[in-house]
Amino acid sequence: MVDKLARIVTEELNVWYGAHQALKSISLKVEANEILGIIGPANSGKSTFLQVLNRLIDLKPQTRVSGRILIDNQEIFGANIDVEALRRKIGMIFALPIPLPMSIFDNIAYGPRRNGIKKKSMLEEIVEESLKAAYLWDEVKDRLSDSGLNLSGGQQQRLCIARTLALKPEVILFDEPCSGLDPVSTGKVEEAMLELKKNYTLVLVTNNTKQASRVADRTAFFLMGELIEINNTQEMFTVPRDKRTEDYISGRFG
Amino acid sequence: MLKKRWNHKKIFEWGIEGLIKLSGIVSIILVGLIFIFLLKEGISVFKIVNPINFILGKEWHPVSKPPDFGILSLILGSFAVTLGAAIIALPLGVTSAIFIAEVTTGKTKEMLKIGIEFLAAIPSVVIGFVGIVVLAPVIQKVFDLPTGLTVLTGSIMLSIMAMPTIVSISEDAITAVPKRYREAALALGATRWQTIWRVVLPSASGGIVAACMLGIGRVIGETMAVMMVTGNAPRIPHSLLEPARTLTSTIAAEMGETVQGSEHYFALFAIGIVLFIITFVINFTADLFLHKEKV
Ligand SMILES: Nc1ncnc2c1ncn2[C@@H]1O[C@H](COP(=O)(O)OP(=O)(O)O)[C@@H](O)[C@H]1O
Ligand SMILES: [Mg+2]
Repeated sequence: MVDKLARIVTEELNVWYGAHQALKSISLKVEANEILGIIGPANSGKSTFLQVLNRLIDLKPQTRVSGRILIDNQEIFGANIDVEALRRKIGMIFALPIPLPMSIFDNIAYGPRRNGIKKKSMLEEIVEESLKAAYLWDEVKDRLSDSGLNLSGGQQQRLCIARTLALKPEVILFDEPCSGLDPVSTGKVEEAMLELKKNYTLVLVTNNTKQASRVADRTAFFLMGELIEINNTQEMFTVPRDKRTEDYISGRFG
Repeated sequence: MLKKRWNHKKIFEWGIEGLIKLSGIVSIILVGLIFIFLLKEGISVFKIVNPINFILGKEWHPVSKPPDFGILSLILGSFAVTLGAAIIALPLGVTSAIFIAEVTTGKTKEMLKIGIEFLAAIPSVVIGFVGIVVLAPVIQKVFDLPTGLTVLTGSIMLSIMAMPTIVSISEDAITAVPKRYREAALALGATRWQTIWRVVLPSASGGIVAACMLGIGRVIGETMAVMMVTGNAPRIPHSLLEPARTLTSTIAAEMGETVQGSEHYFALFAIGIVLFIITFVINFTADLFLHKEKV
Protein backbone atom coordinates (compact mmCIF):
# COMPACT_ATOMS: atom_id res chain seq x y z
CA MET A 1 0.00 0.00 0.00
CA VAL A 2 2.72 2.47 1.03
CA ASP A 3 4.88 1.20 -1.79
CA LYS A 4 2.27 2.21 -4.31
CA LEU A 5 2.59 5.81 -3.25
CA ALA A 6 6.36 5.82 -3.24
CA ARG A 7 7.53 8.27 -5.85
CA ILE A 8 11.23 7.94 -5.19
CA VAL A 9 12.96 4.94 -3.69
CA THR A 10 16.67 4.78 -2.99
CA GLU A 11 18.28 1.51 -2.05
CA GLU A 12 21.76 1.29 -0.57
CA LEU A 13 22.75 4.48 -2.32
CA ASN A 14 26.46 5.34 -2.10
CA VAL A 15 28.18 8.32 -3.68
CA TRP A 16 31.88 9.07 -3.82
CA TYR A 17 33.75 12.19 -4.85
CA GLY A 18 37.09 10.66 -5.72
CA ALA A 19 38.05 8.74 -2.61
CA HIS A 20 35.69 10.67 -0.35
CA GLN A 21 32.39 8.97 0.32
CA ALA A 22 29.69 11.64 0.55
CA LEU A 23 26.67 9.33 0.91
CA LYS A 24 26.72 6.03 2.74
CA SER A 25 24.14 3.42 2.04
CA ILE A 26 21.09 5.64 1.98
CA SER A 27 17.79 3.80 1.73
CA LEU A 28 14.64 5.84 1.91
CA LYS A 29 11.37 6.56 0.19
CA VAL A 30 9.72 9.79 -0.85
CA GLU A 31 5.96 9.46 -1.03
CA ALA A 32 3.67 11.13 -3.52
CA ASN A 33 2.37 14.56 -2.53
CA GLU A 34 4.44 14.86 0.59
CA ILE A 35 7.12 17.30 1.58
CA LEU A 36 10.11 15.35 2.75
CA GLY A 37 12.41 17.56 4.79
CA ILE A 38 16.11 16.77 4.91
CA ILE A 39 18.09 18.35 7.71
CA GLY A 40 21.65 17.97 8.93
CA PRO A 41 24.81 19.97 9.45
CA ALA A 42 26.90 21.24 6.53
CA ASN A 43 28.73 18.61 4.47
CA SER A 44 26.32 15.85 5.48
CA GLY A 45 25.63 15.04 1.87
CA LYS A 46 22.22 16.70 1.62
CA SER A 47 22.94 18.53 -1.62
CA THR A 48 24.67 15.48 -3.00
CA PHE A 49 21.53 13.47 -2.33
CA LEU A 50 19.40 15.91 -4.34
CA GLN A 51 21.92 16.03 -7.14
CA VAL A 52 21.87 12.28 -7.64
CA LEU A 53 18.11 12.34 -7.87
CA ASN A 54 18.14 14.52 -11.00
CA ARG A 55 21.55 13.28 -12.07
CA LEU A 56 23.12 16.70 -11.89
CA ILE A 57 25.88 14.70 -10.23
CA ASP A 58 26.84 13.47 -13.70
CA LEU A 59 28.48 16.83 -14.33
CA LYS A 60 30.89 16.59 -11.43
CA PRO A 61 34.14 14.97 -12.39
CA GLN A 62 35.31 11.84 -10.61
CA THR A 63 32.07 10.89 -8.97
CA ARG A 64 30.89 7.34 -8.50
CA VAL A 65 27.40 6.19 -7.62
CA SER A 66 26.34 2.74 -6.50
CA GLY A 67 23.02 1.36 -5.32
CA ARG A 68 19.64 1.93 -6.89
CA ILE A 69 17.35 4.89 -7.35
CA LEU A 70 13.85 4.26 -8.60
CA ILE A 71 11.62 7.10 -9.62
CA ASP A 72 8.13 5.89 -10.40
CA ASN A 73 9.58 2.41 -10.49
CA GLN A 74 12.13 3.35 -13.09
CA GLU A 75 15.83 2.91 -12.48
CA ILE A 76 17.27 6.39 -13.17
CA PHE A 77 20.81 5.21 -13.76
CA GLY A 78 19.43 2.62 -16.16
CA ALA A 79 20.71 2.20 -19.69
CA ASN A 80 18.01 3.92 -21.70
CA ILE A 81 17.18 6.87 -19.49
CA ASP A 82 16.79 10.25 -21.18
CA VAL A 83 18.65 12.43 -18.69
CA GLU A 84 17.18 15.69 -20.00
CA ALA A 85 13.68 14.32 -19.72
CA LEU A 86 14.45 13.13 -16.20
CA ARG A 87 15.61 16.61 -15.22
CA ARG A 88 12.44 18.11 -16.60
CA LYS A 89 10.45 15.68 -14.52
CA ILE A 90 12.53 16.32 -11.40
CA GLY A 91 12.73 20.09 -11.01
CA MET A 92 15.34 21.70 -8.80
CA ILE A 93 15.47 24.97 -6.90
CA PHE A 94 18.84 26.17 -5.65
CA ALA A 95 19.92 28.15 -2.60
CA LEU A 96 20.86 31.12 -4.72
CA PRO A 97 18.07 31.97 -7.13
CA ILE A 98 19.55 32.02 -10.61
CA PRO A 99 17.39 33.78 -13.14
CA LEU A 100 18.76 33.21 -16.61
CA PRO A 101 20.04 36.39 -18.24
CA MET A 102 16.74 37.18 -19.97
CA SER A 103 13.32 38.66 -19.25
CA ILE A 104 10.89 37.35 -16.65
CA PHE A 105 8.66 36.01 -19.40
CA ASP A 106 11.51 34.34 -21.27
CA ASN A 107 12.87 32.82 -18.09
CA ILE A 108 9.64 30.93 -17.63
CA ALA A 109 8.98 30.28 -21.30
CA TYR A 110 12.51 28.93 -21.75
CA GLY A 111 11.68 25.34 -20.86
CA PRO A 112 8.32 25.08 -22.66
CA ARG A 113 9.80 26.72 -25.79
CA ARG A 114 12.56 24.20 -25.81
CA ASN A 115 9.96 21.49 -25.54
CA GLY A 116 8.56 22.75 -28.81
CA ILE A 117 5.76 25.06 -27.71
CA LYS A 118 5.80 28.02 -30.09
CA LYS A 119 2.34 29.50 -29.87
CA LYS A 120 2.35 32.82 -28.11
CA SER A 121 -1.05 32.39 -26.47
CA MET A 122 -0.07 29.01 -25.11
CA LEU A 123 3.20 30.34 -23.72
CA GLU A 124 1.39 33.27 -22.15
CA GLU A 125 -0.97 30.87 -20.49
CA ILE A 126 1.83 28.73 -19.11
CA VAL A 127 3.72 31.77 -17.85
CA GLU A 128 0.68 33.13 -16.07
CA GLU A 129 -0.23 29.77 -14.59
CA SER A 130 3.29 29.12 -13.35
CA LEU A 131 3.69 32.58 -11.86
CA LYS A 132 0.39 32.24 -10.05
CA ALA A 133 1.35 28.85 -8.65
CA ALA A 134 4.60 30.35 -7.40
CA TYR A 135 2.75 33.25 -5.76
CA LEU A 136 4.53 35.82 -7.90
CA TRP A 137 1.97 36.78 -10.53
CA ASP A 138 0.51 39.81 -8.77
CA GLU A 139 3.93 41.30 -8.18
CA VAL A 140 5.24 41.02 -11.74
CA LYS A 141 2.25 40.83 -14.07
CA ASP A 142 2.84 44.37 -15.32
CA ARG A 143 6.51 43.97 -16.09
CA LEU A 144 7.00 40.58 -17.64
CA SER A 145 9.48 41.95 -20.12
CA ASP A 146 11.82 43.27 -17.41
CA SER A 147 15.03 41.37 -16.83
CA GLY A 148 14.65 38.61 -14.26
CA LEU A 149 17.77 39.94 -12.61
CA ASN A 150 15.98 43.13 -11.52
CA LEU A 151 13.72 41.32 -9.08
CA SER A 152 14.36 41.14 -5.34
CA GLY A 153 15.93 38.00 -3.91
CA GLY A 154 12.65 36.53 -2.73
CA GLN A 155 10.98 37.32 -6.05
CA GLN A 156 13.87 35.76 -7.94
CA GLN A 157 13.48 32.59 -5.93
CA ARG A 158 9.78 32.43 -6.73
CA LEU A 159 10.63 33.17 -10.37
CA CYS A 160 12.88 30.12 -10.30
CA ILE A 161 10.07 28.08 -8.81
CA ALA A 162 7.72 29.30 -11.53
CA ARG A 163 10.31 28.45 -14.15
CA THR A 164 10.53 24.93 -12.81
CA LEU A 165 6.74 24.61 -12.65
CA ALA A 166 6.45 25.63 -16.30
CA LEU A 167 8.13 22.36 -17.17
CA LYS A 168 5.27 20.49 -15.51
CA PRO A 169 7.56 18.46 -13.27
CA GLU A 170 6.36 15.76 -10.91
CA VAL A 171 8.93 16.12 -8.20
CA ILE A 172 10.58 19.34 -7.06
CA LEU A 173 13.84 19.34 -5.15
CA PHE A 174 14.65 22.39 -3.02
CA ASP A 175 18.22 22.90 -1.87
CA GLU A 176 18.12 25.37 1.00
CA PRO A 177 15.80 27.63 -0.99
CA CYS A 178 15.47 30.23 1.73
CA SER A 179 19.00 30.46 3.03
CA GLY A 180 19.50 33.81 1.33
CA LEU A 181 16.06 35.24 2.02
CA ASP A 182 14.59 37.49 4.70
CA PRO A 183 11.78 36.15 6.93
CA VAL A 184 8.99 37.71 4.88
CA SER A 185 10.23 36.25 1.60
CA THR A 186 10.86 32.95 3.36
CA GLY A 187 7.26 32.93 4.50
CA LYS A 188 6.07 33.47 0.95
CA VAL A 189 8.23 30.67 -0.41
CA GLU A 190 7.00 28.32 2.33
CA GLU A 191 3.43 29.27 1.54
CA ALA A 192 4.08 28.43 -2.09
CA MET A 193 5.57 25.07 -1.13
CA LEU A 194 2.59 24.09 1.00
CA GLU A 195 0.32 24.91 -1.91
CA LEU A 196 2.50 22.98 -4.39
CA LYS A 197 2.29 19.87 -2.25
CA LYS A 198 -1.23 19.31 -3.55
CA ASN A 199 0.03 18.60 -7.02
CA TYR A 200 3.68 17.78 -6.65
CA THR A 201 6.05 15.77 -4.54
CA LEU A 202 8.60 17.93 -2.76
CA VAL A 203 11.98 17.26 -1.19
CA LEU A 204 13.22 20.15 0.90
CA VAL A 205 16.80 20.33 2.09
CA THR A 206 17.09 23.01 4.72
CA ASN A 207 19.71 24.21 7.13
CA ASN A 208 16.91 25.61 9.22
CA THR A 209 15.36 22.89 11.39
CA LYS A 210 12.44 25.18 12.21
CA GLN A 211 11.58 25.38 8.55
CA ALA A 212 11.47 21.60 8.34
CA SER A 213 9.19 21.48 11.36
CA ARG A 214 6.92 24.08 9.79
CA VAL A 215 6.45 22.58 6.34
CA ALA A 216 7.74 19.00 6.10
CA ASP A 217 5.40 16.03 6.52
CA ARG A 218 8.29 13.72 7.20
CA THR A 219 11.87 14.62 7.96
CA ALA A 220 15.15 12.83 7.41
CA PHE A 221 18.27 13.61 9.39
CA PHE A 222 21.58 13.23 7.55
CA LEU A 223 24.93 13.23 9.31
CA MET A 224 28.31 12.76 7.65
CA GLY A 225 26.78 11.01 4.69
CA GLU A 226 24.58 8.69 6.74
CA LEU A 227 20.84 8.66 7.15
CA ILE A 228 20.47 8.68 10.91
CA GLU A 229 16.72 8.85 11.17
CA ILE A 230 13.62 9.40 9.08
CA ASN A 231 10.21 9.87 10.61
CA ASN A 232 7.06 11.94 10.77
CA THR A 233 8.14 15.47 11.35
CA GLN A 234 6.07 15.89 14.44
CA GLU A 235 7.35 12.70 16.00
CA MET A 236 10.92 13.44 15.08
CA PHE A 237 10.80 16.86 16.65
CA THR A 238 9.10 15.69 19.82
CA VAL A 239 10.52 12.23 20.45
CA PRO A 240 13.62 11.68 18.28
CA ARG A 241 14.74 8.08 18.32
CA ASP A 242 18.42 8.74 17.98
CA LYS A 243 20.50 10.70 20.46
CA ARG A 244 22.33 12.48 17.60
CA THR A 245 19.05 13.67 16.11
CA GLU A 246 18.03 15.03 19.45
CA ASP A 247 21.33 16.84 19.84
CA TYR A 248 21.05 18.36 16.40
CA ILE A 249 17.49 19.59 16.57
CA SER A 250 17.94 20.96 20.03
CA GLY A 251 20.92 22.92 18.73
CA ARG A 252 23.51 21.06 20.78
CA PHE A 253 25.55 20.29 17.75
CA GLY A 254 28.63 21.76 16.09
CA MET B 1 33.84 66.62 13.36
CA LEU B 2 36.35 64.15 12.05
CA LYS B 3 39.83 65.47 12.18
CA LYS B 4 42.15 64.58 9.39
CA ARG B 5 45.10 62.77 10.88
CA TRP B 6 48.34 62.13 9.12
CA ASN B 7 50.25 59.03 9.96
CA HIS B 8 52.59 56.71 8.08
CA LYS B 9 49.84 54.55 6.73
CA LYS B 10 47.90 57.50 5.39
CA ILE B 11 50.95 58.96 3.70
CA PHE B 12 51.81 55.59 2.19
CA GLU B 13 48.28 55.14 0.86
CA TRP B 14 48.32 58.64 -0.49
CA GLY B 15 51.69 58.06 -2.13
CA ILE B 16 50.61 54.85 -3.83
CA GLU B 17 47.40 56.42 -5.01
CA GLY B 18 49.32 59.37 -6.38
CA LEU B 19 51.75 57.10 -8.18
CA ILE B 20 48.98 55.14 -9.85
CA LYS B 21 47.20 58.32 -10.83
CA LEU B 22 50.45 59.68 -12.22
CA SER B 23 51.12 56.65 -14.42
CA GLY B 24 47.57 56.85 -15.69
CA ILE B 25 47.93 60.50 -16.52
CA VAL B 26 51.34 59.97 -18.13
CA SER B 27 50.01 57.29 -20.46
CA ILE B 28 47.09 59.50 -21.47
CA ILE B 29 49.47 62.39 -22.08
CA LEU B 30 51.74 60.13 -24.13
CA VAL B 31 48.89 59.03 -26.35
CA GLY B 32 47.85 62.65 -26.69
CA LEU B 33 51.39 63.70 -27.62
CA ILE B 34 51.71 60.96 -30.20
CA PHE B 35 48.49 62.03 -31.78
CA ILE B 36 49.51 65.69 -31.77
CA PHE B 37 52.83 64.77 -33.34
CA LEU B 38 51.08 62.70 -36.00
CA LEU B 39 48.66 65.53 -36.63
CA LYS B 40 51.38 68.16 -36.83
CA GLU B 41 53.47 66.14 -39.26
CA GLY B 42 50.63 64.77 -41.29
CA ILE B 43 48.44 67.81 -41.65
CA SER B 44 50.88 69.57 -43.98
CA VAL B 45 50.03 67.18 -46.76
CA PHE B 46 46.56 68.64 -46.87
CA LYS B 47 48.02 71.82 -48.29
CA ILE B 48 48.71 69.86 -51.46
CA VAL B 49 45.76 67.52 -51.51
CA ASN B 50 42.44 68.01 -49.77
CA PRO B 51 41.42 65.38 -47.21
CA ILE B 52 38.62 64.01 -49.35
CA ASN B 53 40.87 63.49 -52.34
CA PHE B 54 43.46 62.04 -50.03
CA ILE B 55 41.09 59.39 -48.71
CA LEU B 56 39.10 58.75 -51.86
CA GLY B 57 41.90 59.19 -54.39
CA LYS B 58 42.62 56.01 -56.26
CA GLU B 59 46.21 56.72 -57.24
CA TRP B 60 49.20 56.50 -54.99
CA HIS B 61 52.33 57.74 -56.79
CA PRO B 62 54.16 59.61 -54.06
CA VAL B 63 57.39 60.21 -55.95
CA SER B 64 56.22 60.91 -59.47
CA LYS B 65 55.92 64.48 -60.73
CA PRO B 66 53.37 65.69 -59.90
CA PRO B 67 52.76 63.18 -57.12
CA ASP B 68 49.40 61.46 -56.48
CA PHE B 69 48.44 61.09 -52.87
CA GLY B 70 45.28 58.99 -52.93
CA ILE B 71 45.08 56.25 -50.35
CA LEU B 72 41.80 54.58 -51.29
CA SER B 73 43.63 51.54 -52.66
CA LEU B 74 45.59 51.26 -49.42
CA ILE B 75 42.47 51.60 -47.29
CA LEU B 76 40.72 48.99 -49.37
CA GLY B 77 43.82 46.81 -49.21
CA SER B 78 43.79 46.98 -45.43
CA PHE B 79 40.05 46.44 -45.43
CA ALA B 80 40.21 43.39 -47.71
CA VAL B 81 43.02 41.76 -45.79
CA THR B 82 41.32 42.47 -42.47
CA LEU B 83 37.93 41.29 -43.64
CA GLY B 84 39.44 38.07 -44.94
CA ALA B 85 41.31 37.52 -41.70
CA ALA B 86 38.18 38.24 -39.69
CA ILE B 87 36.11 35.79 -41.72
CA ILE B 88 38.66 33.11 -40.97
CA ALA B 89 39.66 34.00 -37.43
CA LEU B 90 36.36 34.94 -35.79
CA PRO B 91 34.45 31.67 -36.22
CA LEU B 92 37.55 29.61 -35.69
CA GLY B 93 38.65 31.61 -32.67
CA VAL B 94 35.29 31.68 -30.94
CA THR B 95 34.62 27.98 -31.52
CA SER B 96 38.12 27.16 -30.27
CA ALA B 97 37.41 29.21 -27.16
CA ILE B 98 34.14 27.33 -26.62
CA PHE B 99 35.92 24.06 -27.12
CA ILE B 100 38.72 24.89 -24.70
CA ALA B 101 36.41 26.35 -22.07
CA GLU B 102 33.54 23.89 -22.24
CA VAL B 103 34.78 20.61 -23.60
CA THR B 104 38.35 20.05 -22.57
CA THR B 105 39.49 19.52 -19.01
CA GLY B 106 42.69 19.08 -17.08
CA LYS B 107 45.86 18.43 -19.03
CA THR B 108 44.36 18.84 -22.50
CA LYS B 109 43.00 22.24 -21.54
CA GLU B 110 46.36 23.38 -20.19
CA MET B 111 48.16 22.13 -23.28
CA LEU B 112 45.79 23.95 -25.63
CA LYS B 113 46.03 27.16 -23.65
CA ILE B 114 49.80 27.01 -23.71
CA GLY B 115 49.66 26.31 -27.43
CA ILE B 116 47.57 29.43 -28.00
CA GLU B 117 49.88 31.55 -25.87
CA PHE B 118 52.76 30.18 -27.88
CA LEU B 119 51.08 31.26 -31.09
CA ALA B 120 50.95 34.79 -29.69
CA ALA B 121 54.69 34.69 -29.02
CA ILE B 122 55.71 34.02 -32.62
CA PRO B 123 57.26 37.21 -34.05
CA SER B 124 55.35 38.54 -37.01
CA VAL B 125 58.43 38.38 -39.20
CA VAL B 126 58.45 34.63 -38.70
CA ILE B 127 54.78 34.41 -39.59
CA GLY B 128 55.47 36.44 -42.72
CA PHE B 129 58.38 34.18 -43.58
CA VAL B 130 56.26 31.05 -43.20
CA GLY B 131 53.65 32.75 -45.36
CA ILE B 132 56.13 33.40 -48.16
CA VAL B 133 57.84 30.04 -48.05
CA VAL B 134 54.99 27.70 -47.27
CA LEU B 135 51.62 29.27 -47.99
CA ALA B 136 52.28 31.47 -51.02
CA PRO B 137 53.47 28.64 -53.29
CA VAL B 138 50.44 26.55 -52.30
CA ILE B 139 48.05 29.39 -53.07
CA GLN B 140 49.79 30.07 -56.37
CA LYS B 141 49.48 26.45 -57.39
CA VAL B 142 45.96 25.79 -56.15
CA PHE B 143 44.44 28.85 -57.82
CA ASP B 144 46.86 28.88 -60.73
CA LEU B 145 47.99 32.49 -60.19
CA PRO B 146 50.92 34.53 -61.45
CA THR B 147 51.92 35.14 -57.82
CA GLY B 148 51.02 33.56 -54.50
CA LEU B 149 51.41 36.86 -52.66
CA THR B 150 47.77 37.87 -52.45
CA VAL B 151 45.14 39.30 -50.16
CA LEU B 152 44.12 35.75 -49.28
CA THR B 153 47.65 34.83 -48.25
CA GLY B 154 47.77 37.87 -46.03
CA SER B 155 44.36 37.14 -44.55
CA ILE B 156 45.29 33.59 -43.66
CA MET B 157 48.56 34.57 -42.02
CA LEU B 158 46.92 37.45 -40.17
CA SER B 159 44.11 35.25 -38.95
CA ILE B 160 46.78 33.17 -37.26
CA MET B 161 48.00 36.30 -35.53
CA ALA B 162 44.52 37.35 -34.44
CA MET B 163 43.60 33.93 -33.06
CA PRO B 164 45.47 34.11 -29.74
CA THR B 165 43.75 37.36 -28.74
CA ILE B 166 40.33 36.12 -29.80
CA VAL B 167 40.68 32.70 -28.22
CA SER B 168 42.17 33.68 -24.91
CA ILE B 169 39.88 36.64 -24.19
CA SER B 170 36.76 34.75 -25.31
CA GLU B 171 37.83 31.77 -23.26
CA ASP B 172 38.20 33.96 -20.17
CA ALA B 173 34.76 35.41 -20.75
CA ILE B 174 33.17 31.98 -21.15
CA THR B 175 34.94 30.55 -18.13
CA ALA B 176 33.84 33.54 -16.07
CA VAL B 177 30.17 32.64 -16.51
CA PRO B 178 29.20 31.31 -13.06
CA LYS B 179 28.84 27.56 -12.80
CA ARG B 180 25.46 28.15 -11.17
CA TYR B 181 24.09 29.39 -14.50
CA ARG B 182 24.98 26.16 -16.20
CA GLU B 183 23.57 24.05 -13.39
CA ALA B 184 20.36 26.04 -13.44
CA ALA B 185 19.92 25.49 -17.16
CA LEU B 186 20.83 21.83 -16.98
CA ALA B 187 18.47 21.30 -14.07
CA LEU B 188 15.74 22.63 -16.36
CA GLY B 189 16.48 19.77 -18.68
CA ALA B 190 18.61 21.65 -21.19
CA THR B 191 21.27 19.65 -22.97
CA ARG B 192 24.87 20.68 -22.77
CA TRP B 193 24.76 22.45 -26.13
CA GLN B 194 21.50 24.19 -25.39
CA THR B 195 23.05 25.41 -22.17
CA ILE B 196 26.11 26.73 -23.95
CA TRP B 197 24.07 28.31 -26.72
CA ARG B 198 21.23 29.89 -24.76
CA VAL B 199 22.86 30.64 -21.42
CA VAL B 200 26.65 30.58 -21.44
CA LEU B 201 27.31 32.41 -24.71
CA PRO B 202 24.76 35.20 -24.13
CA SER B 203 26.21 35.78 -20.68
CA ALA B 204 29.70 35.94 -22.14
CA SER B 205 28.74 37.88 -25.26
CA GLY B 206 30.25 41.20 -24.14
CA GLY B 207 33.64 39.62 -23.62
CA ILE B 208 33.45 37.63 -26.83
CA VAL B 209 32.60 40.69 -28.95
CA ALA B 210 35.42 42.59 -27.30
CA ALA B 211 37.80 39.72 -28.00
CA CYS B 212 36.85 39.80 -31.66
CA MET B 213 37.30 43.55 -31.92
CA LEU B 214 40.69 43.42 -30.26
CA GLY B 215 41.71 40.59 -32.58
CA ILE B 216 40.67 42.66 -35.59
CA GLY B 217 42.46 45.68 -34.15
CA ARG B 218 45.60 43.61 -34.04
CA VAL B 219 45.16 42.65 -37.69
CA ILE B 220 44.68 46.21 -38.91
CA GLY B 221 47.75 47.41 -37.08
CA GLU B 222 49.94 44.50 -38.17
CA THR B 223 52.74 45.48 -40.54
CA MET B 224 55.58 43.08 -41.02
CA ALA B 225 53.81 39.87 -41.94
CA VAL B 226 51.35 41.63 -44.17
CA MET B 227 54.08 43.49 -46.01
CA MET B 228 55.85 40.21 -46.70
CA VAL B 229 52.91 38.21 -48.00
CA THR B 230 50.37 40.46 -49.72
CA GLY B 231 52.44 41.46 -52.70
CA ASN B 232 52.54 45.19 -51.99
CA ALA B 233 50.81 46.41 -55.13
CA PRO B 234 49.09 49.72 -54.40
CA ARG B 235 46.06 48.90 -56.53
CA ILE B 236 42.47 48.38 -55.54
CA PRO B 237 42.09 44.61 -55.18
CA HIS B 238 39.11 43.19 -57.02
CA SER B 239 39.33 39.74 -55.53
CA LEU B 240 41.00 37.97 -52.66
CA LEU B 241 43.40 36.40 -55.12
CA GLU B 242 45.05 39.65 -56.19
CA PRO B 243 47.97 41.37 -54.53
CA ALA B 244 47.22 44.45 -52.47
CA ARG B 245 48.94 46.83 -50.17
CA THR B 246 47.83 47.99 -46.75
CA LEU B 247 48.13 51.28 -44.91
CA THR B 248 50.67 49.89 -42.49
CA SER B 249 52.95 48.29 -45.02
CA THR B 250 52.98 51.49 -47.05
CA ILE B 251 54.33 53.44 -44.11
CA ALA B 252 56.86 50.76 -43.24
CA ALA B 253 58.06 50.29 -46.80
CA GLU B 254 58.35 53.93 -47.78
CA MET B 255 59.35 55.74 -44.64
CA GLY B 256 62.97 54.77 -45.08
CA GLU B 257 63.17 56.20 -48.57
CA THR B 258 61.62 59.58 -47.99
CA VAL B 259 63.32 62.82 -47.25
CA GLN B 260 62.29 64.20 -43.91
CA GLY B 261 60.03 67.18 -44.43
CA SER B 262 59.08 66.24 -47.98
CA GLU B 263 55.50 65.98 -49.17
CA HIS B 264 55.83 62.21 -49.31
CA TYR B 265 56.98 62.21 -45.68
CA PHE B 266 53.96 64.23 -44.62
CA ALA B 267 51.64 61.98 -46.61
CA LEU B 268 52.93 58.92 -44.74
CA PHE B 269 52.16 60.66 -41.46
CA ALA B 270 48.69 61.41 -42.71
CA ILE B 271 48.26 57.69 -43.34
CA GLY B 272 49.34 57.25 -39.74
CA ILE B 273 46.52 59.56 -38.64
CA VAL B 274 43.99 57.50 -40.56
CA LEU B 275 45.31 54.29 -38.99
CA PHE B 276 45.32 55.83 -35.55
CA ILE B 277 41.70 56.84 -35.89
CA ILE B 278 40.64 53.41 -37.17
CA THR B 279 42.36 51.47 -34.38
CA PHE B 280 41.21 53.96 -31.78
CA VAL B 281 37.60 53.52 -32.82
CA ILE B 282 37.93 49.74 -32.79
CA ASN B 283 39.59 49.53 -29.39
CA PHE B 284 37.18 52.03 -27.94
CA THR B 285 34.21 50.00 -29.15
CA ALA B 286 35.78 46.83 -27.78
CA ASP B 287 36.16 48.56 -24.45
CA LEU B 288 32.51 49.52 -24.44
CA PHE B 289 31.58 45.88 -24.87
CA LEU B 290 34.03 44.68 -22.22
CA HIS B 291 32.67 47.07 -19.65
CA LYS B 292 29.05 47.10 -20.64
CA GLU B 293 26.85 46.23 -17.72
CA LYS B 294 25.94 42.58 -17.71
CA VAL B 295 22.32 42.17 -18.87
N1 LIG C 1 32.12 18.60 -6.35
C1 LIG C 1 32.64 18.04 -5.22
N2 LIG C 1 33.88 17.49 -5.25
C2 LIG C 1 34.40 16.90 -4.14
N3 LIG C 1 33.78 16.83 -2.98
C3 LIG C 1 32.54 17.34 -2.88
C4 LIG C 1 31.91 17.97 -4.00
N4 LIG C 1 30.68 18.40 -3.62
C5 LIG C 1 30.55 18.03 -2.31
N5 LIG C 1 31.67 17.39 -1.87
C6 LIG C 1 31.88 16.83 -0.51
O1 LIG C 1 30.85 15.93 -0.23
C7 LIG C 1 30.38 16.09 1.08
C8 LIG C 1 28.90 16.37 1.07
O2 LIG C 1 28.67 17.65 0.50
P1 LIG C 1 27.22 18.25 0.26
O3 LIG C 1 26.38 17.22 -0.39
O4 LIG C 1 27.37 19.54 -0.42
O5 LIG C 1 26.72 18.47 1.77
P2 LIG C 1 25.60 19.43 2.34
O6 LIG C 1 24.73 19.86 1.24
O7 LIG C 1 24.92 18.60 3.37
O8 LIG C 1 26.31 20.56 2.98
C9 LIG C 1 31.21 17.20 1.71
O9 LIG C 1 32.23 16.62 2.48
C10 LIG C 1 31.78 17.92 0.52
O10 LIG C 1 33.04 18.45 0.84
MG1 LIG D 1 24.38 21.85 0.52
